[in-house]
Amino acid sequence: CFYVIRTPERNSLFEAEYRRFALKMSGICGFQEFYRLLQTVHHIPGVEVLLGYADIQGDLLPINNDDNFYKALSSANPLLRIIIQKRDVDEPVVFATNSLQRRKKGLAGLRPAQQKSKPGLMIGLPQDFRQISSIIDVDILPETHRRVRLHKHGTHKPLGFYIRDGVSMRVTPQGVEKVPGVFISRLVRGGLAESTGLLGVNDEILEVNGIDVAGKSLDQVTDMMVANSHNLIVTVKPANQRNNVVPRASRVSAGGNSSSGSVGSAFSHDSAPSTASQSVSHHSNSNSVAEGDSDEDGDGDLIIETDSLPPYLPHRCVSNGNGSHRESPLSSSLGQRPLPQSMSLSMTTPTHNCSPTKTSSSQESMREDGNIITL
Amino acid sequence: MMKFRFRRQGNDPQREKIKQELFAFNKTVEHGFPHQPCALAFDPQLQLMAIGTKSGAIKIYGSPGVEFTGLHRDAAAVAQIHFLQGQGRLLSLLDDNTLHLWELGGASRDRGGAKSEGVVYLEEKRNYSLLGRPGLESCSASRVTVLLLLSSCDLLCVGTEGGGIHFLDLPRLSLRDNQSLLLDQVMQSIPEDYRCGKSLGPVESLQEHPKQPGKILIGYSRGLVVLWDLSTRNAEHMFLGKQQLESLVWERSGSSFVSSHSDGGYSVWAVASGNTYTHQPVSSSIPYGPFPCKAINKILWRTIQSGCPVVLYSGGMPRASYGDRHCVTIQQDKQHVTLDFTSRVIDFFTVHTTDPEHDYDDPKALVVLLEEELVVIDLLTTGWPSVPPPYLAPLHSSAITTSCHLDNVPANHLTVCVCVCVCVCVCNLAPPPRQQELLLTGHEDGTVRFWNVSAVAMTPLYKLSTANVFHTDCDPNDDPLDPTNDPEALQEEEWPPFRKVGCFDPYSDDPRLGIQKISLCKYSCRLVVAGTAGQVIVLGLSDEWSDHTVDVSTVDLLQDREGFTWKGHDRLEPRASPAPFPPGFQPLVLVQALPPASVTSVMLHAEWNLVAFGTSHGFGLFDYHRRTAVLARCTLHPNDSLAMEGPLSRVKSLKKSLRQSFRRIRKSRVSGKKRPIPTPTSKIQEANAALADQEEVAPVQRRIEPRSADDSLSGVVRCLCFADTYLRDGTHHGPTLWAGTNSGSVYAYALEVPGVGTGRGRPGGEGSGCVEAVLGKEIQLMHRAPVVSVCVLDGRGKPLPEPYQASLDLATAPDMTNPHSVLIASEEQLKVFSLPKVGAKTKFKLTAHEGCRVRRVAMVTVCSTAQEDYSETSLVCLTNLGDLHLFNVPALRPQVRYDCIRKEDISGIASCVFTRNGQGFYLISPSEYQRFSLSAKVITEPLCTVELERPLETHIRSLLHTNTSGNTHSSLLETHTLLAVPGGDYNRTWPRCSNVHK
Repeated sequence: CFYVIRTPERNSLFEAEYRRFALKMSGICGFQEFYRLLQTVHHIPGVEVLLGYADIQGDLLPINNDDNFYKALSSANPLLRIIIQKRDVDEPVVFATNSLQRRKKGLAGLRPAQQKSKPGLMIGLPQDFRQISSIIDVDILPETHRRVRLHKHGTHKPLGFYIRDGVSMRVTPQGVEKVPGVFISRLVRGGLAESTGLLGVNDEILEVNGIDVAGKSLDQVTDMMVANSHNLIVTVKPANQRNNVVPRASRVSAGGNSSSGSVGSAFSHDSAPSTASQSVSHHSNSNSVAEGDSDEDGDGDLIIETDSLPPYLPHRCVSNGNGSHRESPLSSSLGQRPLPQSMSLSMTTPTHNCSPTKTSSSQESMREDGNIITL
Repeated sequence: MMKFRFRRQGNDPQREKIKQELFAFNKTVEHGFPHQPCALAFDPQLQLMAIGTKSGAIKIYGSPGVEFTGLHRDAAAVAQIHFLQGQGRLLSLLDDNTLHLWELGGASRDRGGAKSEGVVYLEEKRNYSLLGRPGLESCSASRVTVLLLLSSCDLLCVGTEGGGIHFLDLPRLSLRDNQSLLLDQVMQSIPEDYRCGKSLGPVESLQEHPKQPGKILIGYSRGLVVLWDLSTRNAEHMFLGKQQLESLVWERSGSSFVSSHSDGGYSVWAVASGNTYTHQPVSSSIPYGPFPCKAINKILWRTIQSGCPVVLYSGGMPRASYGDRHCVTIQQDKQHVTLDFTSRVIDFFTVHTTDPEHDYDDPKALVVLLEEELVVIDLLTTGWPSVPPPYLAPLHSSAITTSCHLDNVPANHLTVCVCVCVCVCVCNLAPPPRQQELLLTGHEDGTVRFWNVSAVAMTPLYKLSTANVFHTDCDPNDDPLDPTNDPEALQEEEWPPFRKVGCFDPYSDDPRLGIQKISLCKYSCRLVVAGTAGQVIVLGLSDEWSDHTVDVSTVDLLQDREGFTWKGHDRLEPRASPAPFPPGFQPLVLVQALPPASVTSVMLHAEWNLVAFGTSHGFGLFDYHRRTAVLARCTLHPNDSLAMEGPLSRVKSLKKSLRQSFRRIRKSRVSGKKRPIPTPTSKIQEANAALADQEEVAPVQRRIEPRSADDSLSGVVRCLCFADTYLRDGTHHGPTLWAGTNSGSVYAYALEVPGVGTGRGRPGGEGSGCVEAVLGKEIQLMHRAPVVSVCVLDGRGKPLPEPYQASLDLATAPDMTNPHSVLIASEEQLKVFSLPKVGAKTKFKLTAHEGCRVRRVAMVTVCSTAQEDYSETSLVCLTNLGDLHLFNVPALRPQVRYDCIRKEDISGIASCVFTRNGQGFYLISPSEYQRFSLSAKVITEPLCTVELERPLETHIRSLLHTNTSGNTHSSLLETHTLLAVPGGDYNRTWPRCSNVHK
């Protein structure tokens, strides 16, 4: 038999229900069935909930498919603690981040941090997993290069790296040539760049969001990276070529060599970069730029329209004339001047009151009409 | 995706052709005073003046608008320039001991297919390098000290450091072999007792005999002066001077000459035929003695028919008390004036009769080239007043802090604006240019200067001082007028009789007076200037003197924000008592922002009687009709503490860097001492020191992080904009105010302006109601880059007209039927949003693509060279790399890109200002604007001709300078040159100078 602990809904914060009921291990054949069962047990049909369970170590793990459901069952000895939580946009604690959260990030700066999240283990549903970083275009890049995408979405971690000028070695038909290049000089501890493990100190930066940085100054590259920092795609030549994604056996010797190059490696298979890498970068240009456009990062500007703006008054002069109750123009305009804080607060309040389904649907519509948040 | 868009456009041949007809980049003319001048020459025959600069440029000036520029291949300083008189050629000597021959040649250069007849350019023809011959002279001995061009212009005498004189044929610049006059030749004829085993020293002066060509006067540093006959190669006369020589000058008749000396004295020597040696001068004096004086570097002796000769010399000041002054003395009989300049005297010359028939010099004017300005003294008028030159005005008389350009200024308005001012001259160019262009410069000392930049010559129009609005430390009874206008007031009974001349004055009484932003309405002649201490002054034009107190209003931009304390400067104290304001722009209202941080943005809407201003703390809206504040809005981010500390917050970092450098010094001393005894501990110390050094010289690295809301100075208001557009809904438009900040926020306010369209603020107009402002929209750009510019576009995608343009029918009315849009340019992106519902329409991510940041943005309308009536409105954008990008509007497709300013030239980039017709100005030095053009059609450049008699070329009788500058300003200027022009035409080109002839 199991213990089931149901956590409260957001708007009844101090009220938790605990239910304990028994269940035949063999009686449940799948996650969906179990889910429906819980809904009926708790009399919450139609309310979307998230399920979690506490494993032997006491870690909180999610239940959202058959696999981890069975895993959960097997760990029951004999009691299984299940935590049910209403799926709520404003619940940042456990299954915090869906795409909606990200959307409102711009506002977060304006709003005093009101939700203090308790430190808990952050494991979410697969659909709630957010991509922090990725290696992309592996199929079209030379093995010595790596294209890394860093998403500075929901996280509050800094991107966390520094770049510097340096000298890069290039193998040309005329021999080895020194050309100026831009390198990663430092990773900030705990930053995004360090925690992904995809970027390292002394990695040479070749492209930023599909644009070749050759011939560009350190400041230019900095500006490009900052401008793209919400969705940064950098192509690097890692200083440490050992961890390259090189599955083929023929590259083993190359991998062995790679430890020697600290500045940037000049390998035999990189010896004709003028043709090979150009064609590649051409490919990738169209590719990644298109990505940059489609992700709508630029359209994420926040537009606040005030409801305090009175509609058009047909007789403006008249209304001004008889506006004896109004104060002097200065004090009146200053007095009722809406501050950004007050507006962002008023914006968040309705989401609390609305039923969750309604909120999400209105969010959907907002996303469609160009992210204008109408109040 | 963007790339594909470019490519598609680039492949369209028709579009390419249109682009070529629209856009062309040219750097056209340099306005202002040449930076670091170091040589001066004058050709009295052609009336041309040449100035050489430290960077190797030669600039020739004729009548206003006639200019030629040449640049030496090597950027060495120009040491001397000499005209080959009447030939349109000149010779320059560079610091690297090379001689260059320049020529005004009629090489036709094509520009945009329009070939101009007879246009002349300055071109280098030949050069010659005088090398020391091995065995004979060392390298330094062959260093050229003086040049003398014989009046016949076929022979150049070159005096050297070693005392030798070489002769070069002109214009071939070939050395006459074996004819050089070396020191030993001269030494032979010197009496034994004068020789005393010492060298004669370098050649200090070479002067040709005024009456007997072929005889030259040679002055050696030690004091010996030799009259040398070139044809007989024989020393005709020797003047055994004992005092170290500085310069020589002939008296016109050739019967005597004057020498000036390093002890501050000068001597007159008689040239009597007969005896070979003269031991004593006729007379000798040290004008500023008896105490030790500095050298007289150059002396001129000019005879006058009606009286005593005029002596003019530079230097000679008493060493102890006035050794640091930069002076030129004019002396005639009892009259004695010591012109006291604010910068170093480079050179000077007099404008006088050169006609050989004439027995007297009769000087008309003295022209003094100083390091920072050109001063002209009228020698015909008693009291020798100074005359402002028509050009070469020192832009930087006080450092330029801002500038503002207006074109299409209605001619009558400009005349009104200009005629009322006593100290203003109107340049009667004939025919008057159709279009008047005005450039306003704001200066550190609180003045605003108005310049006419319609043509090649940038002429000063008017100077406005704002200092008298305030109670400052300096004398409150100071005359607001330029003190040079009444020399009597400044003449004091002192010795030497100093007179302050010139307007270059780099010292500001109070840095808070500095002008930061200017906005002028050319139709209503309302001017708003805003300064460093948060002052915003609204001025109106008046043609009478006025004594009034200025209304003062303060606007607290912090409002109710708590916890901030302003640590910067205090606000300026407004003057309590009425002050006399001269005719011209007179202050109406003074608005002071609190805290008194520097105004970062100002915008005037004269039709609505509103002025908006922004600082690092917020922005305000002021109704100067009712003299009330309408709105004050704080833009500070709660985390932004830096903004509150004011401009002095840098002190901390300075302290830190000082500490670091001291530490470094100490460290190097320590390690230096320890070196001889290498103990284990010292080794560790050394290693530590080395480590510390490494830390300090860590490679330059840049942090990659998105901009965050709490970056410092995020509240700085970068731009303000008034527009009559749709903010509330799509059917009703009305006045709006837009403000953009450093952190990527844009605030849009809907304004209630009573009586819009009926002439608010005019007498009888319906303007008694209050203006109200209500926040309509707030836009936070996601990338948070500073907002550089906000511009509202009408239904056709064209920028809205300026105030009054629509109501006075001066521009096509904006399209109010189709939906409007707003263009927001941040440092990183250009973006067009729809109105009234703000939704992104088009964008261009400049930084993401090019790695450059937007510095300046302007909307320009460029006309086609092919079709008279075709024009396009483009967005021009200057980046931090100094290049210009042009985009079409509102599609924001890139059109062309030009390199304009070096990216290291930060002040150049910061000073750039665009005109509406596709031209621009930027500072290339503190004193010079470079003008450039992006339009293929509108080019203001000097296309000038000098018609001259040249021995080898076509003979043209009269001298004619013509200026045919561009298609819009084709104007034929008068032929006469800047200084001292014979005949009655004088008044036309240079009215201010007319008194020279009275």
